[in-house]
Amino acid sequence: MSAPNSDYDPVEVTPLNAAEVERMRDEALAAVANTATVAELKQARLDHAGDRAPLALANREIGALPPQAKKEAGQRVGQARGAINQAIAKRQIELEAAELEATLAAETVDVTIPSDRQARGSRHPITTIQDHVADIFIAMGWEIGEGPEVEAEWLNFDALNLGPDHPARTMQDTFWLSPERAALVLRTHTSPVQARTMLERKPPIYIAVPGRVYRTDEADATHMPIFHQVEGLAIDEGLTMAHLKGTLDHFAQAVYGPGSTTRFRPSYFPFTEPSAEIDLLCYVCANDPAEVASCGTCRGEGWVEWGGCGVVNPRVLVACGVDPERYSGFAFGMGLDRTITSRYDIADLRDLWDGDIRFTEPFGLGL
Amino acid sequence: MKVLVPWLRELVAVPNDVTTEQLADRLTEFDLKLEEILNSGVSGPLTVGRVLSVQPEEQKNGKVINWCRVDVGPEHNDPATETEPAGRGIVCGAHNFVAGDLVVVSLPGTFLPELGFEITARKTYGHVSDGMICSEAELGLGGGDHSGIIVLPADSAQPGDSGIEVLGLGDDVLDLEVNPDRAYALSMRGVARDVALAYGIEFVDPADREVSADGEAYPVRVDDPACSVFVTRVVEGFDSTRPTPAVIARRVEQAGMRSISLAVDISNYVMLELGQPNHAYDADTLNGAIGVRKAVAGEKITTLDDQERTLTPDDLLIVDDEGPIGIAGIMGGARTEISDSTTRIVIEAAHFDPPTIARGSRRHKLVSEASKRFERGVDPQLPARAAQRVAELMVELGGGTILPGLTVVGQAPAARNVTIDQDLPTRVLGIDISAETVVAALEGNGIVVDHDPASGQIVATPPSWRFDINDPYDLVEEVLRVVGYDQVPSVLPKAPGGRGLTRAQELRRRAGIALASFGLTEVTSLPFVGEADFDKLGLDADDARRDAVVLANPLSSEQPSLTTTLLIGLLRSTALNVSRGHDDIALFEVARVFTPKHGGEAPIYGVEQRPTQAQYAALNEALPIQPHHASWVMLGNAVKAGIGTDALAYVWSDALAVAHDLARVLNIELTVESARYAPFHPGRCAALLLNGEVVGHAGELDPRISQAHGLPGRVMAGEINLAALIEAAPAVGEKPNFSAFPVAKEDFAFVAPSDVTAGALSDLIAGAHEFVESVRLFDIYTGDQVEAGKKSLAYKVRLRASDRTLSDADIKTAREAILAQAETLGAVLR
Repeated sequence: MSAPNSDYDPVEVTPLNAAEVERMRDEALAAVANTATVAELKQARLDHAGDRAPLALANREIGALPPQAKKEAGQRVGQARGAINQAIAKRQIELEAAELEATLAAETVDVTIPSDRQARGSRHPITTIQDHVADIFIAMGWEIGEGPEVEAEWLNFDALNLGPDHPARTMQDTFWLSPERAALVLRTHTSPVQARTMLERKPPIYIAVPGRVYRTDEADATHMPIFHQVEGLAIDEGLTMAHLKGTLDHFAQAVYGPGSTTRFRPSYFPFTEPSAEIDLLCYVCANDPAEVASCGTCRGEGWVEWGGCGVVNPRVLVACGVDPERYSGFAFGMGLDRTITSRYDIADLRDLWDGDIRFTEPFGLGL
Repeated sequence: MKVLVPWLRELVAVPNDVTTEQLADRLTEFDLKLEEILNSGVSGPLTVGRVLSVQPEEQKNGKVINWCRVDVGPEHNDPATETEPAGRGIVCGAHNFVAGDLVVVSLPGTFLPELGFEITARKTYGHVSDGMICSEAELGLGGGDHSGIIVLPADSAQPGDSGIEVLGLGDDVLDLEVNPDRAYALSMRGVARDVALAYGIEFVDPADREVSADGEAYPVRVDDPACSVFVTRVVEGFDSTRPTPAVIARRVEQAGMRSISLAVDISNYVMLELGQPNHAYDADTLNGAIGVRKAVAGEKITTLDDQERTLTPDDLLIVDDEGPIGIAGIMGGARTEISDSTTRIVIEAAHFDPPTIARGSRRHKLVSEASKRFERGVDPQLPARAAQRVAELMVELGGGTILPGLTVVGQAPAARNVTIDQDLPTRVLGIDISAETVVAALEGNGIVVDHDPASGQIVATPPSWRFDINDPYDLVEEVLRVVGYDQVPSVLPKAPGGRGLTRAQELRRRAGIALASFGLTEVTSLPFVGEADFDKLGLDADDARRDAVVLANPLSSEQPSLTTTLLIGLLRSTALNVSRGHDDIALFEVARVFTPKHGGEAPIYGVEQRPTQAQYAALNEALPIQPHHASWVMLGNAVKAGIGTDALAYVWSDALAVAHDLARVLNIELTVESARYAPFHPGRCAALLLNGEVVGHAGELDPRISQAHGLPGRVMAGEINLAALIEAAPAVGEKPNFSAFPVAKEDFAFVAPSDVTAGALSDLIAGAHEFVESVRLFDIYTGDQVEAGKKSLAYKVRLRASDRTLSDADIKTAREAILAQAETLGAVLR
């Protein structure tokens, strides 16, 4: 008598019928979808997914149902609550993202507002061009020589075949230290470093010497009592004037680009024999027939003067202790200040020396 | 050297189709560098005219002008009228001419570059002037007598002749730069020889002439070795009043000299032609034999330029029994000058030692055409031949006779030779040059060559005018200019692998980059300074920086010294930036400063062999000390006021920070101590120490010094011996040493006597215990909360062990050690 009444047809429980579960689910989904803020969503979660939400309450009724109905109702309610929780989680991400977007949008700045909390310094172009030149020669396996700016007369002149009465010695207007018998000068060229290097080291020698030199020129737009040169010296077995040309062409290309080249014109320097002036193919018009005539840089010549060079005079080798029977070499030198003024269209050399920060700033940390 | 092209073409047959420009280019390739091509640029109907009538007319302003009728030749003349013969009417303001004179007329259409415009017929002084009678100045003729118009020698031309042709105004003149080793090219003879070589054409040496000689000419006594040859010739019956032929006068003037008189013009003409300076004396003004000797101190001479000059015992003189008649090789004396009445002439042609002439010319600041040639050297074989040429021209143009005698004292040095291997040019130049080419090139230069093909030896005997050729390489140069400098190929030598920048070079570069990246802008300053600069910097009378290297020949006597401190130049630049409206300025400079050693003199050695190591060391020992310094100046704001940013002014500690940061990039550490040092604020200056040695100073400038330099507000600055820093920089940086165990952060607020420095206390804390990793001062306080005479110093200290996590006991131990150390300075916890 007391066995389960499997034929018992229970009274239908309204909250668990399919239509009602669907309605509660849809109501919950609509509420979640309608939230506009994370706070509203929190409320919707309480209302529709909390302990006292309609579906939670309906869920409690399931236990009273007969097995078959229990299973169906359980599935129905479980699916509905799952859908609601998913919707809430999805909405949570959406709303959080939207709120962050809004916050970030509110933080939008005017990017054209300048920032100069970090003071900006710069290096003088005459320094950086010397570094640049040094790097070119370093890359060729050369080394960088240097020497004092106040120099012994013997090293500045005699050792370089400029004897006491040599005409070239008067051509260079030299600053002498007082008293003159001290035989000290402000070096008139970087060439005493050639002599110093030969006196201090044995060949092979391949050095470039950027540095300051002095002549007694009053300062004006095109003259200064100080300027900068780079000097090159190579002493080795079997070096010829062709190696000089090759080195200069390579140097020209490193500074002025792959198409650059040099040419020699005969000249005279006491420390080289034969000697030549170096002309550089005009870096503006490249001696292009269509442009050269109107070129302001080379004034229609197609070439610009670059420096002087030659085969080291054996007398210099002898004075500096290098055996001229075994070794030969070449030397060259060119001004660096004019390289700056001509490449950057600077009309007045004094601008390099006045120290106006607006002159140096555009060069930044390097050329 | 000015080379008149038509004259050059007369001496050597340059092909007709070679233009002046091509000729100049070719000579430049031959080491005779063109400076410029000179040409008067006069064009149009510049015409010879004969003045037919001169009618003076006084003007209202009192000036008298001449209304002239000038016959300018049938082609240009207006036809005759009832009152006037054929010709043109021209107004002329000059008065140095009369009717019948030959003049030069710029007819309308003539362009005169000197005036910058084309002549037109114009109304003036009540007439239509149909052209202009020209002066030398208007035609751009240099050197001549510029008072009045040109009056041509009678019968030297016809009315209607081209004035451009008659005056040589169409002639090109090459202005050549002559290098010291090409003294021979200071003559038409020398240039013509190179032209012949350049074009491979025959050359006839104008100096190759017979010298007649029979007995002595005029007696000479040479008492000084600086005169190696002295030649005299005598011409008698010369007419000094005869005019110089136009062609000679013109050539003399085109070379940049004045045409003076026939005798003087001939003398100069021969100098231009052959390169031998020579002198003509009025024989009747000479008293006794001509002598050559050094001057006696205080002896005087009035030279041809009418200057009285006081002589020194270094001056070489030409004298007669009465005294000096010339400064040898530089300028003759006025007493024996040729005059209109001179009929007997002694011609001098000599050879002098170049250095003697060079020094004399410099001593008297007197550069003459003669001295220019003698100081570079003149062909010692020339004197007799040049004197012959002068004498012959004088007789030809001025009449009279050459006396048969020839006096020659002394003789030219014997020719010497230089031996080279025939392949030396190839070895030196890197061009394949055959022995035949070498021989031909040398011979083309006038060198006598003895070539032995078997041994390959070439014995070269340079000609007398090539005294510059002494070494094998001198011969290589002569070969190269014939072969062509453009034939040298381009071959990059293979240098053995280098070692890169030296450590010092690398660190100096790094220092410059660092200083710029600290926000400082680099400047370069002139190093010349004077006492006023040191005064302005507020240096005491005995400040070591006043002991500067002094120049014997400074550009300005106000700034005769080389600087001992970069601050002088930097403050100059700072003031310039202030004056140009900059408010925030931060500058640095890296350069050498100079401190004298007050040692002896630098030795001068010979050059025949290398100086010994000791000798080389002696040279260096004589040099001043000249280390690289770095210096910086800052004023205004380090950070400008901006959006969300307050302005941050530079303060004294920023100047120290530069020093510390600079040291850090060189991997070294500086310490500081308070210092009093000009030009700094007496209470805001730090001495910068490296291993206990002062290597610089930094801080705030004394406001009086800033004001003296015109700088507004507070100015921060520093200067450091960069060379000393670089020398001390370790070759390898310190090994990194850190622990991964947790840190313990402890704060300490001490009350310490006022005279305890933050640095001293900090150092004590840092050394108090091995656990102390870092110490950072974060507050200093004086005021109500701290008793008088004391201050509060607050530090953040980080403790860490290398081998374990610190226990409470560990931390306690470290704290106690810190407190104990602090107490030694009287600092106690607050």
